[in-house]
Amino acid sequence: MAAFGSFALIIALALAAWNLLAGALALRWIATGQPAAISPERLADTARRAGIAGFLAVTAAAFSLVWLVFTNDFSITYIMEHSNRALPAPYKFAALWSGQEGSLLLWAWLLGTYGFVLRLTHKTDVKLYAYAGTILAAIQVFFLAILNFAAPPFALLRGATPDDGNGLNPLLQYPEMVIHPPMLYLGYVGFSVPFAFALGALMMRYPGEKWIKVTRVWTMVTWLFLTCGIFLGMHWAYAVLGWGGYWGWDPVENASFMPWLTGTAFLHSVMMQEKKGMMKSWNVWLIFATFLLTLLGTLLTRAGLVSSVHAFAQSSIGTWFVVFMGLVLAVCIFTYVLQRDHLKSDHHLESLVSRESSFLFNNLVLLMACFVILWGTLFPILSEYVVGNKVTVGAPWYNRVAIPIGLFLLFLTGVGPLLPWRSTSLRAVRRNFVLPSIAMGATIVVCLAVGVRPWKDGEFDSGNFFALVAFALAVSVMTAILSEFLRGAGVISRQTGRNLLVATWLLMRRNTRRYGGYIVHIGVVIIVIGLAGSAFNRNVEQEVGLHSTMAIGPYTLECVGFTQDSNLNYNSDYALMDVYKGGKKLFQMSPEKRVYLASGQPQTMVAIHSVPEWDLYVVYEGTNPDTGQPIIKAFLNPLVGWIWAGLVVLVIGTLGALVPSLTPATASLRVPARAAPSEPALKGGRL
Amino acid sequence: MRALQAGALAVAVCFSMGATDASSRFNSLNHRLMCTCGCSEILGECNHVGCPSSTGELQELRAGIIEGKSDKEILDTFVGKYGAVVLAAPTTHGFDLVAWIAPFAVFAAALMGTILLVRRWSVGKTQFVAQASSPSTDALKEKIRRETGIDGGF
Repeated sequence: MAAFGSFALIIALALAAWNLLAGALALRWIATGQPAAISPERLADTARRAGIAGFLAVTAAAFSLVWLVFTNDFSITYIMEHSNRALPAPYKFAALWSGQEGSLLLWAWLLGTYGFVLRLTHKTDVKLYAYAGTILAAIQVFFLAILNFAAPPFALLRGATPDDGNGLNPLLQYPEMVIHPPMLYLGYVGFSVPFAFALGALMMRYPGEKWIKVTRVWTMVTWLFLTCGIFLGMHWAYAVLGWGGYWGWDPVENASFMPWLTGTAFLHSVMMQEKKGMMKSWNVWLIFATFLLTLLGTLLTRAGLVSSVHAFAQSSIGTWFVVFMGLVLAVCIFTYVLQRDHLKSDHHLESLVSRESSFLFNNLVLLMACFVILWGTLFPILSEYVVGNKVTVGAPWYNRVAIPIGLFLLFLTGVGPLLPWRSTSLRAVRRNFVLPSIAMGATIVVCLAVGVRPWKDGEFDSGNFFALVAFALAVSVMTAILSEFLRGAGVISRQTGRNLLVATWLLMRRNTRRYGGYIVHIGVVIIVIGLAGSAFNRNVEQEVGLHSTMAIGPYTLECVGFTQDSNLNYNSDYALMDVYKGGKKLFQMSPEKRVYLASGQPQTMVAIHSVPEWDLYVVYEGTNPDTGQPIIKAFLNPLVGWIWAGLVVLVIGTLGALVPSLTPATASLRVPARAAPSEPALKGGRL
Repeated sequence: MRALQAGALAVAVCFSMGATDASSRFNSLNHRLMCTCGCSEILGECNHVGCPSSTGELQELRAGIIEGKSDKEILDTFVGKYGAVVLAAPTTHGFDLVAWIAPFAVFAAALMGTILLVRRWSVGKTQFVAQASSPSTDALKEKIRRETGIDGGF
C-alpha cells in the first residue's frame, strides 16, 4: 500500500504539472490568437481533465496513508512516529495531520478537492475558470513536489520494524483535534481559490465585476471554515492545555489570525467594488496578501523560525516555502504592474461621513490589526538580527497594543451600518446615533455600579478599563444593529400587516447578505463580551487531601475521593470534587490526569462546568513530589461561554448571508395594443 | 482588653494587607515573565507537570519579593540569569522601544493617509455633483432618501 501511495503521489505531480503547462500554453495561445498545431480549447480541456484526474490520484495517496494507519503498518516512518495499535479509530484519522508529511498531504488533498469542484463547475465561465484552474495547478505542483521530494509520507523506516508505534501526541488526543486542523486547513487552502480567481481575472483583464461575485462565495465559505478552525483551536487550548485561557498569542495562533483579518477586510471592501466600482487594486492586493499570509503561517509552523507551543510539525522545509512565497509575490507584482490600467477605479465619495468611508476605515483597522500581529510575531527575529538580542513578545505586549485596535474596530462595527451609502445629513446622524449612545451611557453607569471599574486597589487597571470600554461598545453596537432590524421590520410590518417577528424574517429573506452580515456582527459582539470577561478571571491552587476544601467565588469544592482507571491507551488518575454553593451540593467534577502508555507523556483533562455567568474550570495538576498530595487548580472564568455562543451566531449569520435573497415575483405580460389586462392579472394572478 | 483586641486586629489587617500586596505582586510579576523550559508560556500560566523551569523560577520570584526587592530589581535579576527572552514583553528602552512605537506610528500614518484619501476623493465628487445637480434633481434625491430611509446593501 505504501508503494501504491508513493506511486499515486508521483502520478498526481505529473498530472498537476501537465495541468499547469497545458493550461498555461492553451491560455497563452487563446490570448494572443497565435495559430497552433492543436486547438487551444481542446488543450485547455485536457488540462482541466488532468486536474480532475490529479484529484483522484491525491485522494488515492491520502487513502493509502489512512489505510496504513488503520492497518498499523509500522514499517512506514510516519505511521511509526504518529500512531500505535491502541490508538482509538477517530484519532487514527487525526494521525493524518499530526505530523509534517501527513498534514502536507492533507493540504494537497484539500487543494485537489477545491480544484475538483472548481473544474466541475467550469461552465459558469469557461475562460475564467480555466485561468483559475491553471493557477491552482501551479500551487498544487508546489505541494506535490514537497511531498515527493522533501517530505515523503510513505518513507520506509530504516532497520527492523517495531511491534508498536510511538503513538499520537497526547495533546492531539482530544475530540476537537479530529476536526480543528481539517477545518483550519479548509480555511487556509480555501483562500487559494479566491487568489486564483483574482490573479486569473487580472491576467485575462476580465471585464466587469462578475469575478468578484464568484470569488465572494468562495471567500465567504473559506472564511467560515477558517473562523471555525480558529475557534475550535481556542476551545481545544482551553479544554486541554489546562492554563485557564484560550488564546496565548502564540505565533502559530497569530499565523491563522492574520489571513482571517485580511480575508475579513476583503469581504467588506469588496462591497465598495460591487456597488461603486472603487478599490479594485486594493481588493486584488487584499486577496494576494491573504494567500501569502496563509503560506507565511505554514512557514512559521514548519520552519521553526519562531518558538511556539505548536512544535509538533517542525522541519527544514522552510526554504521551500520561502522560495515559493517569493515566486508568488513576484508573479503578483509582475501581473499587477502589467495590467494595472485594467484596475483603474472611479474613486468618488460624496461625503466624509458615509458608508463608503466607514468601509475604508474598517479596512484600515483590520489591516492595522494584521500588521500589529505580524510585527509582534516577527519582532523577536528582527531584534536578534539588528541587535543580536532575542526578546519575547508575549501576551502583555499584545494586550496593550492589539486590544485598543480591536475596540476601535468594534466601534466601527457599530457605526458603519448606521451610515447610509453616498452621504448623510447631520439630522440623520443624530437620529441614528441617539439610541446606541444612550445604551452606551447606561452600560457604563451599570458597569460602574456593579463593580466593573477602571481601577483596582486605587490604581488604574488597564484590563478592567478595556473590559469596561468593551462592554459599553458591545451594548451600543448591539443596540445599533437591533434598531436597524426593527426599523426595517417595522416598515415591512406596516406594508404587509404581518407581525414584527414575521416581518423580521421577511426582511432578512429579502436581503440575506445585509442582514446575514448584521447577524455576523451580533456574533462578534457576543464574542467580544465573552473575551472582555477574561479581565475578571480568578484562580486558586492548593494541595487537597481527602475531604479538604477549597473556595473560589461563590463555590466551595470538596475533595471526596481519588480514583484510577486504565485502558490500552492510557492510565488515568481522577480527583472527585463535590461542588457546593451556599452550602448546597450542586454537582460533582472529576478533573483527570492521564499518562499515555505509548509515549509515556502526561496530559491533563480539565473538568469544566459552564453557566452563562462563568466557567468553573478545575485542573488536576498532579501530585506534590514532597508531600505526595494531589494539587488542584480551580479557575473561575467569567463569560467564557459567550465566546462559543457568539461563534454559533456568527456561523448562522454567515450561512444566512450565503443564501440567495428572496426576489419579488415578476412576470412579463404581452399586452395587445388595445386590450388592457384584467385587474386580477395585474395584481399577480395567474398569467 | 479592648485595646489589645484592637491592636491584634490592626496587626492582622496589616499582615493580611501585606499578604495581599505580596500575592498580587507575585501574580503580576509572574505574568510579566516567561517559563524558560521552551514551552513559550507565561510563567504564571505554565502548568506542565514536572516542568524543569517554572517551579524554580517561581521560587526565585517568591524569594525576591520576600527579600524586599523592587519589581525592577527582580526583573533585572531574571534578565541577568536567563537573558532578555525571560521577559514576556519587550522593555521600553533601546531597540525594544521600536516594538512599542512602530504599531502606533504606522497606525497614525495609515489613519492620516486614509483621511487624506477620503478627502481627496470627496473633493472630486463634490465638484462633479455641483455641475450635475439641479434644484429638481436635488429635491427628487431628497424625496427618495426620505422614503427609503437608510438604504443600500450591507
